Amino acid sequence: MNAEARPEVRLASSSVGALAAMKGVFARDMKVAFRQRQDLLNPLLFFIMVVTLFPLGVSPEVSFLREAGAGILWVAALLSVLLSLDHLFRHDFDDGTLEQLVLQPQPLFLLILAKTIAHWMLTGLPLVVLTPVLGVMVHLDGNSIAVLCLTLLIGTPVLSLIGAIGAALTLGLRSAGVLLSLLIIPLYIPVLIFGTGTVAAAAEGAAVGAYLALLGAFLMLALTLAPFAAAAALKISLSNG
Amino acid sequence: MRFTHRPDYGALMSEPLLQAVNLQCERDKRILFRELSFSILPGTVTRVEGPNGSGKTTLLRILAGLNDAWTGELKWRGSPVDSQREEFLRNMLYLGHRPGIKPLLTPLENLRALMAGRRQVSDAALRQALQGTGLAGFENVPCRNLSAGQQRRVALARLLIADEPLWLLDEVFTAIDADGVQALEALLLQRAAEGGAVLVTTHHDLDLPGMHKLTLGAGGLSDEC
Amino acid sequence: MWQFFHKLGSPKWFFGISARFMPWLLAGGVLLLMAGVVWGLAFAPKDYLQGNSYRIIFIHVPTAFMAQSIYIMMASAAVVTLVWRMKLADVFVKAVAPVGLVLTFLALFTGAVWGKPTWGTWWIWDARLTSMLILLFLYGGVIALDRAINDEKSAARAVAVLVLVGVVNIPIIKYSVEWWNTLHQPASFKLTEKPTMPPEMWVPLLLSVLGLYLIFGWLACIRMQTEILSREQRTRWVKEFVMRGRS
Repeated sequence: MNAEARPEVRLASSSVGALAAMKGVFARDMKVAFRQRQDLLNPLLFFIMVVTLFPLGVSPEVSFLREAGAGILWVAALLSVLLSLDHLFRHDFDDGTLEQLVLQPQPLFLLILAKTIAHWMLTGLPLVVLTPVLGVMVHLDGNSIAVLCLTLLIGTPVLSLIGAIGAALTLGLRSAGVLLSLLIIPLYIPVLIFGTGTVAAAAEGAAVGAYLALLGAFLMLALTLAPFAAAAALKISLSNG
Repeated sequence: MRFTHRPDYGALMSEPLLQAVNLQCERDKRILFRELSFSILPGTVTRVEGPNGSGKTTLLRILAGLNDAWTGELKWRGSPVDSQREEFLRNMLYLGHRPGIKPLLTPLENLRALMAGRRQVSDAALRQALQGTGLAGFENVPCRNLSAGQQRRVALARLLIADEPLWLLDEVFTAIDADGVQALEALLLQRAAEGGAVLVTTHHDLDLPGMHKLTLGAGGLSDEC
Repeated sequence: MWQFFHKLGSPKWFFGISARFMPWLLAGGVLLLMAGVVWGLAFAPKDYLQGNSYRIIFIHVPTAFMAQSIYIMMASAAVVTLVWRMKLADVFVKAVAPVGLVLTFLALFTGAVWGKPTWGTWWIWDARLTSMLILLFLYGGVIALDRAINDEKSAARAVAVLVLVGVVNIPIIKYSVEWWNTLHQPASFKLTEKPTMPPEMWVPLLLSVLGLYLIFGWLACIRMQTEILSREQRTRWVKEFVMRGRS
């Protein structure tokens, strides 16, 4: 082909903003999730079942449940989030949409943030909504239930954000699910401690404002750092696949 | 033959879109390729050739920025890709082995989601693109109910609305019927004529007029590092 | 500068240079550790409260101290891996993670042994012990991830990300465990707090910490050498090295 005959290169000119891109990612994840509603129910059922195990396995006594209830619910919520994390990137990885996500001319950490927000709204938020019912079943008083819901509301997004790092790191590996838990559970400990600690403080009648603020600080820290780490991890995992 | 002297314009024309200098890629202690240098000029279709395992897919993934286990230099229009990542991504379209289609969504929804982070495209244009790939009437059927070839066509519909000048197409002819192959070949040629550049790997016997070839060897074991 | 940096990262260069000072590390380490431990166990004065059982700190403290500082060293190496992609940094992280795991375990074990006479129980959910237990989990995660990824470059970089995420979390974990501990336990087990330690106690302690540092240096070198040999087994210099050893 001779050089003269070549027409001019036209570069792609327009591009959408990062916010629109995030909305696109969020909308797609929500849509996919609602096409497969059973997957949405699974973590919730798991949550309820784990909570049920404690009265059956340890003791149904009111005094025990009242004292341990907040901890039981927190641990169960933590485990259900952990269980759902494997799906965060796996399907996208398998069908190739993850590649296309990484190749969008947008900051990757924002797109991951959008995915994580969708993940939280589909798993963490329903758990919070379900908590009052289970709280009554483990004999927590009204004030404790309210504080517990509040701690879960602030705490579960942190679980999703930290979990995204683990999900990205273990993407495409054999037995990724177990490995993911091994990597992530130690990192969940501070959230668990302050989540349950806040409820314990409330039960003793102490002011909980400071504890909630601290949980809020965890959330801010996770919001600013976790998407970067997850983006880096995702690029490494894709490079491997 | 007419000989016209157009210094500025001519210089712009021959400027490569993408340039690779001394690419080397090692995977699991095996060198896939080394000292690989080439330029992709606008207005060309280039076929990446080589036996199985010679690193065709890996090369395309490296060029797209999906794989970063390589050394060497990659330049987009004269300057390193790393320094202008978003600009590069805006101008590059990559279609891989895996089509990037969500089975639970319809072709229209899939296409809309794929374009969401790139630029705004009206639904009418998306529909038209789907019709262009022969998916008229399937716009609102969940993709898992479509055949492999049809799913592939959903991904290919992006080519019809693409404004990216550089296309990296990995095995796009897979599962496409004879008519589809012909249409796709015509599309690639048309794209080149419009000033775009296409890199393609395929097992299908592709021979387009004026097509360039980039041949990868069988590779070898790494010795001195 | 850049050239020097690259040379510093070259496995072959490291292999040559480390062989030269490794004997010194080992000799110095063993000497210091022996001095510290013997002094501590045999000659240091009894603790007025705990009697002789406190003497386990001459092993417990150095291992706990090392276990934590190894993680910090790994985090520094992880930064080097991610930013400069230096091969030697990957090798370091991979080589010392199991050492860190073992030392953490030893610290926990000696802590439990110490706990039996002082607290009357092997295990107690003391803030320090719990933090060490979580550190053990973190080391375990790092090693498990490294083993799970086949490609060694990807493994190195994924591990580097994990180590950095961990190091950001360590202060948070430590702080929250301490808070949790004060919330759940009245401050009756404060025996580990040593307000004033006479020099006859802390000098041998310092010696054994230094000794363990040097031994760790030697162990890190030898493990890195092994790792380098297996990674570069097909390069000419490794083949020559092996042939020389055989003849």
